[in-house]
Parts: sequence; structure tokens; C-alpha cells
Amino acid sequence: MTATDPKRWLQEHGDYLYRYALRQLRDSALAEDMVQETLLAAWQSADSYTGQAAEKTWLTGILKHKIIDCLRKQLREAPVDDITALSDSAAESGIDQLFDARGHWITPPRNWGSPHKTLENHQFVEALQRCLERLKPTLARVFTLKEISGNSNEEICGELGISASNCGVLLYRARMGLRQCLEVLWSPDRSGGGN
Amino acid sequence: MLSCKDVTHKISQSQDRTLTLHDRIGVKLHLLICYACRRFVRQLTILTAASRRALSENSTLELDDKPLPEAARQRIRERLDQTARTPGTPD
Repeated sequence: MTATDPKRWLQEHGDYLYRYALRQLRDSALAEDMVQETLLAAWQSADSYTGQAAEKTWLTGILKHKIIDCLRKQLREAPVDDITALSDSAAESGIDQLFDARGHWITPPRNWGSPHKTLENHQFVEALQRCLERLKPTLARVFTLKEISGNSNEEICGELGISASNCGVLLYRARMGLRQCLEVLWSPDRSGGGN
Repeated sequence: MLSCKDVTHKISQSQDRTLTLHDRIGVKLHLLICYACRRFVRQLTILTAASRRALSENSTLELDDKPLPEAARQRIRERLDQTARTPGTPD
């Protein structure tokens, strides 16, 4: 057993890498592929591993690149109509229903409490996962890509053939969708679901 | 004067890039008089921070109960064996 033993990596870090990929791709078959690709790529480039970072961190870094590539590929292959319709600011959407004709809130946002406390709230995190699953896949992918890559909208949407401003519309839709879903699924006072 | 709907869009944009001075002032003025949009700002802050965490943070992943399925583990092992037998790949 050598230091660069991909089977040992699989043994020790397989679960972690799989969960990481599953969180971001929400597809178990794809997540499994990502683990495999990561181990193969890591093996090929084992020479470049300096031992500076923990092994798990090094593998996760490779996995992250694989996931970003995968999300980009999925978005590139999404039906053109889907992207166009979703990024067209004039298109019908659930957002219009939140505001009256003058653009005022019909139901004002609820108080989600202090950021610090809410972030530690297990139920909030669970509700967020469910909301990400419910979001339209294209929106969820753009949102995930944005949050994990930290890239600019130009970088994210450039190769998808849509402008940065339409990309901003996609992210706006995604955020509004998640927010609205959390308003329904999560209750700040923990009085049980709904309101 | 920006409407609440306009403000929500600007706030979302502000997470991706710096708003123009004109927009920044417009949003600030609106927030001064609108408690609903102030709440929206806080919700979005929480949403973004929580999403980053939920997508990739260590501590939450360690607690996750979804292991790599045994069938996939086996398949990956076989794939690694195959690669090991192919000339030109690392040993």
C-alpha cells in the first residue's frame, strides 16, 4: 500500500466525496460518476500532490472542478427554450404573484430571525435542501454553479449563450423561488410546518 | 421611486456585482421607509449564507447519512484495477 493508493482514497474518503457531489448535483448516478472521475484524475496527477493540504482537501478540490464542469455541461445541454423562457424577464413567473399592480408586497416577507441563529437551525437547513430539490433543475444548476464557483455572471453564463443580465434574471428567479419555498416550508418559531 | 418588486431584483443583483450609484441610492432610500424590503434583505443574506454551507460545508457533510452505495464502490474499484493494468498509467 503506497501513499498514492486510489483504493485507499475510495475506502477513506468515498462517502465524503459522494455526499459532497450529491449535495451539489442532486443526482446519485452522477454523483457516483464524479467520485470515480475524481479518483482517476487524482491518481493521474498524484505527483502534483505536495502533501501541503490534507488528502481529503486535495481530493475535494479536484471533485469541485469536476462538479463545476458537470453543471456547465448540463446547462449547455438544457433545451434552449428552457433557458430562454426562464431568463426572459417578461415571462410569466411566480414572482409577479408576490406583488400587487404597483409592485408592493402582497404578503410581506416574514421575519426569519437573526442570521446567526437561523444558520444553525437544523430544520432551516433541511427545508433549504428540500427547496433546492423542488426548484426547476435549470435554476437550481445556475444557482449552485454561482454559489460554489464564486464566478461572475459573465463567466457562468457566457458559454451558455445568454447575457450576464439574463443570467442575473435566472439567479433572481432561483433566489425568489427558494425564498418563497422557505416561507412555506419553514417556520421561524418552529411551531411545525406551514405557518 | 423604486417599487418593492424593483428593489428585490436590485438586491439580488447586488449579490453578483456592484450596483450603480444611482441604484444604490434608490435602494437605500426605499429601505429607509420599507420594513418589508428590509426583511427581504435579511432573508436573502440568510439564504445565500445557508446555501453555501448546505452545498459544501464540512461539518454538515460529516453528519449526512448517505454513504456511497456498495455497488458503486465495487464498480469504482474495478475501474481503478482496469486503469492500473493499462500501460502508460501510474502504478
